[in-house]
Order: sequence, then structure tokens, then C-alpha cells
Amino acid sequence: MTEILFAAIMIGSVGLFVGVFLGFASKVFAVKVNQQEKDIREILPGANCGACGYSGCDALAAALVRGEAPANACVVGQEAVANQIKWIIGGKSERVVRNVAFVRCSGDCNHTFDRYDYTGPKTCAALALVPQGGPKSCSYGCIGCGDCIRMCEYGAITIERGVAVVDEEKCLDCRKCINTCPKGIIVEVPYFRAAHIGCMNPLKGRPVTENCKIGCISCGKCARDCPAGAIDNSGGFPVIDYEKCIDCGRCKDNCPRHCIV
Amino acid sequence: MSFSAMMLLVVTTILANNVVLSQFLGICSFLGVSQKTETASGMGGALTFVLTLASFVCGVLYHLVLVPFHLEYLRTIVFIMIVAALVQFVEMFLKKYMRSLYEALGIYLPLITTNCAVLGVALLNVQKDYDIIVGTIYGLATAIGYWVAIVIMAYLREKMADNDIPRPFQGFPIVMVTAALMSIAFFGFAGIK
Repeated sequence: MTEILFAAIMIGSVGLFVGVFLGFASKVFAVKVNQQEKDIREILPGANCGACGYSGCDALAAALVRGEAPANACVVGQEAVANQIKWIIGGKSERVVRNVAFVRCSGDCNHTFDRYDYTGPKTCAALALVPQGGPKSCSYGCIGCGDCIRMCEYGAITIERGVAVVDEEKCLDCRKCINTCPKGIIVEVPYFRAAHIGCMNPLKGRPVTENCKIGCISCGKCARDCPAGAIDNSGGFPVIDYEKCIDCGRCKDNCPRHCIV
Repeated sequence: MSFSAMMLLVVTTILANNVVLSQFLGICSFLGVSQKTETASGMGGALTFVLTLASFVCGVLYHLVLVPFHLEYLRTIVFIMIVAALVQFVEMFLKKYMRSLYEALGIYLPLITTNCAVLGVALLNVQKDYDIIVGTIYGLATAIGYWVAIVIMAYLREKMADNDIPRPFQGFPIVMVTAALMSIAFFGFAGIK
């Protein structure tokens, strides 16, 4: 019994000594922290994941107070955190927009065909190097080997009938898939909008229709029809300006190729 | 222990029995913070402070408190407490006076707590029956060995940054290869024991 008591007293007194020592040290070496920085640090998730590009939540909090980072810099916290931060740092922040990744290809295996049989390594990076950018009839479209799936830490991407699809709810906009895709067809779009152009084929007319039943032929109907003038078709394929887009969905309903989703 | 024996202990601890390259303790921060020479040197300095003080305080506690009360079996938990407290202290000190180094070390600074070199030396002192003074000197020599190793490593990594490294070896693999070659080179010092 006395042995246990001794041990407990021993550990307890060492702990007490250490605690008092550190308590005094923290008074002596106290560093003044900006109150805003402290408040923001409380709001941030504290996972220190580094997805914002800073070395941790402390560093992001400091950058936010200095006005270097936008209020929505925290990828994990999303809108809830961004709005609270905006409240603290006031007018210094940008408008908070939640973005998600979007695969600009609708040409799944029902709409395209394979030109030849491929028996090499099954990664998009390898397939992008073979003749015509892979066996798929459209050399601009999604290869469907899932390099983006392997990069995604949130399980937001699936392959559906040979084309990668991003789940808007799960996507946290870390941009890893965007940087991985060898075809460069994954883009950042605002969350929960009515229309996204689902094709990035810059060709016109026949070369498109021969290879994909759903590919954009750059007819420009969507651009002409848009009541808000938000679609620009001058670059080979249409691009929506989401600042102007009013989410009417007319382009989606009237597209003769059904490639606006 | 005579003076010459002490010197021999110091030299062999730094070179032949180098803590990282021969005993393979404290590898985490050795690979983690060796990108830049200044940061690596800062880490070496922080570890030297913690290790020397930890081996002294642990030696005092062990010989003057734990042994008289026959509580030797409590040494691990007591040593861990001491090491953790010292690391906290170093963290506060750096945060106040060397802010840039504090930020450069990042997560590796609190991780000194679990750096097995620190606890390892405290326990080795007990295992090898060193008294307080010899134990402290052994701790200091171990830390200097760590410092030497991490600074050489950081220097090599800075040099390598501009080299044309084959793609499969880029990043961490080449660092592991470098560490292995350094370790082999340090085995050459085994002859002076």
C-alpha cells in the first residue's frame, strides 16, 4: 500500500512542479496575440490540414487578419466558417462563393465508341500519351481511368459509364483533380447552379458528330438564346459567365446536342 | 571517470555512435526539417537544449529521488513528463524571441517531446549506469551528433535541389538513399572506438 502511495505522491509532486514551472514560464514568455486572430483561430476547424495553402490554422488566422487570404480560404470549413470569419474581419473579404469541381465531358460509353483495343497501363496519364489520346473516339473527352478518383481525398468522384462525375455535395474544392487531369477537362464551377457546359470539344460540326452523339458542335444557340448574355461562344466551345448567369436553364432545355447539364 | 575517458566518450558519441546515423534514433525530425540549413541548425539547437537539460534533470531526479525511494520502475513516466515540460518551455521561448524559427520548425518543435533521441538518452543513461555529470555530457554529445548529422543532411539536400534526379527518385526516395549513404559513411568512424 505504501508503495502505491509513494508512487502517486512522487508522480503528483513532479507533475505539480512541472505545472507551476510552466505556468510561470508562460507568464514570462507571453506573446501578445491579436484579438481578431484569436477569435478566428477559435472558428477555424483546427485540423491543420494545409488545404488553404498555409502551414496550419494558426498561419491562416494570421494571414486572414493581415488581409492576405480571402474569407473563404478555409476549404474544410466551407460557407459556415467563411461567413463567421467575414463577420470578424469585416469588409476586407471577398464575396463568399462555394466552388466545386466539374468534369466537362458528357460523352459516356452510350455516346462514344472505342477506336481500338488498348492493353497498356490503365491510368489517364499513360493513356493521354498514346496515339489520338487514348482509344476513345473523342480525343478531347474524359478517358475514364480515374486518375482523379485516386487523387480525391473526399471520395467525391465516381466513374459513371466511362466518364468521371463529381458529387457536388462531397466536393470540397481542393483542386487536386483539376491539376491531375491530363486532358484538362475538370474545371471549377460555382456550387448548385442550373447549367454547366458538359463538353470541351473545340471542333465544329461533323468532326464532332462522327465521334460523339452528345458533343458540342459550337452552334452558338445557347449564346444567342441566353436572356442574360452570360454565354460566350467565341472560343470554340461555350463558356458560361456565372456572374451574369440567372439560372433560368433555357440553354440547358434548348441545346440541340443535350450537352448542357 | 578520467578526463581522457570522458573525451573519448564525447568523440565516439558524436561520430562512431552517432545518434541518428548509427543508433537510428530521432529519424522523424532528421528527415522532416532538413530541407534548409538554417532551419536544420535551429532544430539542432533546440534539440541540444532539450536533450542536455533533459538528461541533467532526469539524472538528478533518478539518482536523488527515484533511487532512494526505490521507485526506479517509474523512470519512464517521470522522464516523459520532464521532456514534455522542457519542450513546452523551448516552444514558449522560441515563440517569444525567435518567431521565424518557431514558424519554420512548425509541428516538429512539439514533436521533440516524442523524439526518441531525448527519451532514449535519458533511459540509456540509466541503463549504462552513468552518474549525473557523465550523463549530462553524454546527452550534450548525443545532441551535437544529431546537430552535425542534420546540418550535413540539410546541406546535401540543398545541393540536390538543383540536380537532375531521375523521376522515380525525386522527393523522399532520394532523401532515404542519401541518409543510407551517410549512415554507411559514418560507420567508417567505428574504427576509432
